[in-house]
Parts: sequence; structure tokens; C-alpha cells
Amino acid sequence: MPALSRPVIALLLLAIAGAALFPLTAETYYLKLMTKIMVLGLFAMSLDFLVGFAGLVSMGHAAFFGVAGYGLAWFANKAGIGALEVSLPAALAITALVALAIGWLSIRTTGVYFIMITLALAQMLFYFFKDQRYWGGTDGMNVFKKPKLAFGDWVLLDLSNRYVLYYTCLALLVLAFLLLLTLLRSPFGRVVVGIKENEGRMRALGYDVARYKLAAFVIAGTLAGLAGYLEVVRSAFINPSHLSWHESGTVLVMVLLGGMGTLWGPVVGALALVMLEDSISSLWDHWLLLMGGFVIAVVLFLPDGIAGLIRSLGRRAPKSEAADD
Amino acid sequence: MDTSYLLIQTLNGLQYGFLLFLVASGLTLIFGIMGIINLAHGSFFMIGAYLCYWLAEKTGSLWLAILLGVPISVLVGLVVERFGIVFLYKRDHLYQVLLTYGLILIFNELRAILWGNDVQSVKIPAFLAASIPLTETQAYPIYRLFISFVCLLLAAGLYVVIQRTKLGMTIRAGAANREMVQALGLDINRLFAIVFALGAALAAFAGMVNAPVSSVYPGMGEEILIVSFVVVVIGGLGSIKGAFLGAMMIGMADTFGSVLLPTGSGTVVYAVMALVLLWRPQGLFGRAI
Repeated sequence: MPALSRPVIALLLLAIAGAALFPLTAETYYLKLMTKIMVLGLFAMSLDFLVGFAGLVSMGHAAFFGVAGYGLAWFANKAGIGALEVSLPAALAITALVALAIGWLSIRTTGVYFIMITLALAQMLFYFFKDQRYWGGTDGMNVFKKPKLAFGDWVLLDLSNRYVLYYTCLALLVLAFLLLLTLLRSPFGRVVVGIKENEGRMRALGYDVARYKLAAFVIAGTLAGLAGYLEVVRSAFINPSHLSWHESGTVLVMVLLGGMGTLWGPVVGALALVMLEDSISSLWDHWLLLMGGFVIAVVLFLPDGIAGLIRSLGRRAPKSEAADD
Repeated sequence: MDTSYLLIQTLNGLQYGFLLFLVASGLTLIFGIMGIINLAHGSFFMIGAYLCYWLAEKTGSLWLAILLGVPISVLVGLVVERFGIVFLYKRDHLYQVLLTYGLILIFNELRAILWGNDVQSVKIPAFLAASIPLTETQAYPIYRLFISFVCLLLAAGLYVVIQRTKLGMTIRAGAANREMVQALGLDINRLFAIVFALGAALAAFAGMVNAPVSSVYPGMGEEILIVSFVVVVIGGLGSIKGAFLGAMMIGMADTFGSVLLPTGSGTVVYAVMALVLLWRPQGLFGRAI
């Protein structure tokens, strides 16, 4: 369970309030940057559900991010449908189906095999979109038509407005967090975490372990799809690199950097990584060299991520109640 | 499809398979003995190819380039093992994946700094540049036969080393039971360094010998890495025999896949992997998981 101590809850509420007030003062550039952070935070949170709670280290999580993005691109560009109530559920349903297929194949294995197979199957989808003209090949597609939720003339949500998009992303991020939290506290979630702790014992208790793993995989994949959908709305662009192993690696770095097994940590990880990228990428062409060193440093010196750091600081302070595990 | 065309494609498939074996065997050895999943293994292939291009430009000879390049890649392998991988032996696979992912970023940027992002090519040595005519219009390049021959020789050498020498005995023992090897007083750290450097050298050599027939380009390391993963998954992690069989299957599947299904060629090898997984999740020669 993600143990939420009172100081953490207070910090999270403060962060949400800060994010809600942020557009009042921010310049457009930072508003957009923050939107990007929330979208990637949602993406990283969905992977944390898989890695930190179900114990399934996937190196192909970007597949779902990209498939949902291409789903939206298809509706907007190929079918000319701008209705959010059509494109969002459909894109998520397709993503869930893809996650079901990939999960069905890969949960037969564990550990390193699982890592390699998820990577390989994601790569297969990468080539699928890259090799086909229909999907725009390597160049991808611009997706200018933004989804809208409207009833007749009454427009409820118009995602072409950057403020509406910002608050939609914020709301969905918070909702996803609460959804995963509820799931993890339900009997289903306890079984999933139990499988991570001791798969043999859960099997001996009579649980159909494979089915639980598959369900967790599909849930995480679908949420990654939600993030991918928002990403394409946000950037108005999709290309195969959204499904690339690079993207899968980056989101895994966000999870570790923020702190696995906390759900909120990966959002902090996304924030930190995007800010870092934003500040160093313009300084030097070869900033990825620094990024590589940074990733290695995090693995070596910060294995529990920023969340772990916050926790250990809380523990050291004598009057704190942050000893939450 | 006439017979000579079929022959050419078969030879191409074999050649690609042999090449894949050189990369995948290192990957599987490193996992089997050290328990390490190394995402940066493909980078050694890329480094080999770029070293070959660079040294061949400087020395004017492919042979000299390979002769100088192999020790350099052994050195790179040793440095990576001593200063990076060594911290991962007792860590979870997740950390191994992330640290070696960081290494890929570093290798890619170093490559960009040293050699740029352009696609390069390496000349085939004059006496191997000819082709064997099969029909009036079709011919098979001698250099490709040479690659297959050299790779086969190396595979045989690897077999002899692992099955017949004292080092090989230690390697096999290390793969079977790491703790026992340590308890018997063998220097496991030295063994790890040797295995890692050997794996790196094999991958780099594959990159070098292949450089004249394919171009030398930035994403080549990741490309071969992922296909090598597929090979290893099919063959069974830790099994050299499995890596060989898997490499042959994928070499053939990829070659004939692009002949028969030109638009979906990228996905054929993954379909083969999926089929093997349905049948044997632990791979053809893997231990039960």
C-alpha cells in the first residue's frame, strides 16, 4: 500500500492547490511546461502501479502511450471526429486491447524475460507505425483538431483552450491518483501487492496469479493511454518516437527518480526530469551526456528516489510523524 | 522464386544469424554468469562499427582497424564493468536496466561528439570486393561469405573455449552456481571482468566486420540490441546453444520476412518470438521459470 502519512497528505494537498493556482501567475510558456509535466506525471504514475506495486518491470510502457496517441490522431485526422466523448473512450479501449494482448504474452514470464519481452513487443508496434505510410511513417502526423466535449451548442470542455487543457490534465491526474489508491486499498490491490511480495504463497492461497497480473497490466496500460491521448492533444503531434524504447526508458527513470511504490513520487520525478531537461537542453547540444550521468547517479545514490529522500528527512526530524513504513 | 535467388536469401539469412549470434552470445553469457541485464550491450556493437570506420579511415586498412579496434573495445568493456556494472551485482534488475540505460545515453552522446551523427560507410578490402556470379543477373558478394565464415569460426572458438578449457570450465561453473564457484576460492571478480570484456569484444567485433556491408549509423546499437533480446528470449537466457539456434531462426525469419512481406518485415521477428513464448515461455533451452 502506498502509506500516506499526514505530512505527505498535507504536502500533496498543498501541491494540488499550488498547481490549481499556478495559471493565475504563469506565463504561457510555463503553463504549457506544467501541462507537459502533468501529462508525463500521469504516464509515470501508471508505470509505478506496474513496477512499484505489481512488481512487473516493463520496458515497453511507451507502447500504450503511443497507441492511444495514434488513436486520437486517427479520429482527428482520418475520421475527422473532434468529439471527445467518441475519441477518448475509443482510444482507451484500443489501448486496453493492445495492453491485454501484450500482457497476455508477457506475463507468462518474469524478471528479465519480462523486461526484454515488453521491450521487444513495444518495438514491434514502433515498427508497425514507422513502416506504414498510412500513419505518417517516421515523420508522424500533426494533429491540429483538438477534442471537444459538447452537448448541442453547449461546449463543456474545449481542449484547444490552454487553460481548459491545463485544468483537465490536473483533474485527470488527481482522479487517476485517487483511482489507483482506491484500487490498491481494495482486495484486488492487496492481492496484486501480495503477488509482488510472494507469488508462490499467493498461488498456494488459491489466487489465479496470472489473471491478477494481467488485470494490473491492462489498468496501467490504459492509464498510460490516457496520458498518451493528452500528450497528443497538448503537443498536436505524434510520431513513432512516442512508442520508442527511449520513451519507455525515460518514464522508468521518472518512476525511479521520484520514488517507486508511492504513486505521487513519479509525478515529482516527471517534474524534476522535465525541469532538468528544460534547463540544460538549451545550454549544450550534448546535454544527453549529462542526462546519462544523472541517471546513473540516481541509480547509485538515490535508489529510493526523491520520495525516499523526503521520508528519510522526515524520519531524522525528531517531532515528525513521517515514519510511514 | 528461382533457386539462385533462394540461395542468396538463405546465405543472407545465415550471415545475419551468425552476426546476431556474436552479439546475443555475449548478452546471454553476461546474464547467465553475472546475472546482469545489459541494455548497453548494443552500444558495443555501435562502438565497434564506428571504431572500424574511424580506424579504417586513419590506417587505410580494414584489417588494421579490426586489429586495433578489438583491444580498444576490450578496454572499453573492462572500464564499463569496473566503474559501472560492478555496482549492480547485488541490485535488482530494475536498477540494472536503468543504469545501463544511462550508459546508452552516454555512449550515444560520446559517439555524436567524437564522430558526429552522419551515416558513414567502410570500404570492402579490394581482394574481397568481388562477387560470385550465380546466374546472368544474380551474384553473391564474397565479403558476405567471409563474414559468415569468420563468425562461424568465432562461434566454434567460443564453443571450444567454453567446453574444453579451464576458463570455460570456470565460466560454466559460474553459470551453474555462482556461490559455489566463490566458495571454491575462484576469483569471481576476475571471472566477471573477463566475461564482460569478452561479451563486449564479441559485440564490437560483430560491428566491425559488419561495417563494410551495412552502413555505420547512430541508431545501430539499439536496433541490434532489441533483436538480440528477441534471440535470447527465444533461445533461453544463459544458454549459448539457445542463442545460436535463436540467432539462426531470427536471421532466417528476418531475411525471408522482408522478401515475402515487404511492408510488415519489421514485425516478423517479433511474431516468431511470440510463437515461441506461447509454446515455451522459458525459451528453447532455458531453465524453467
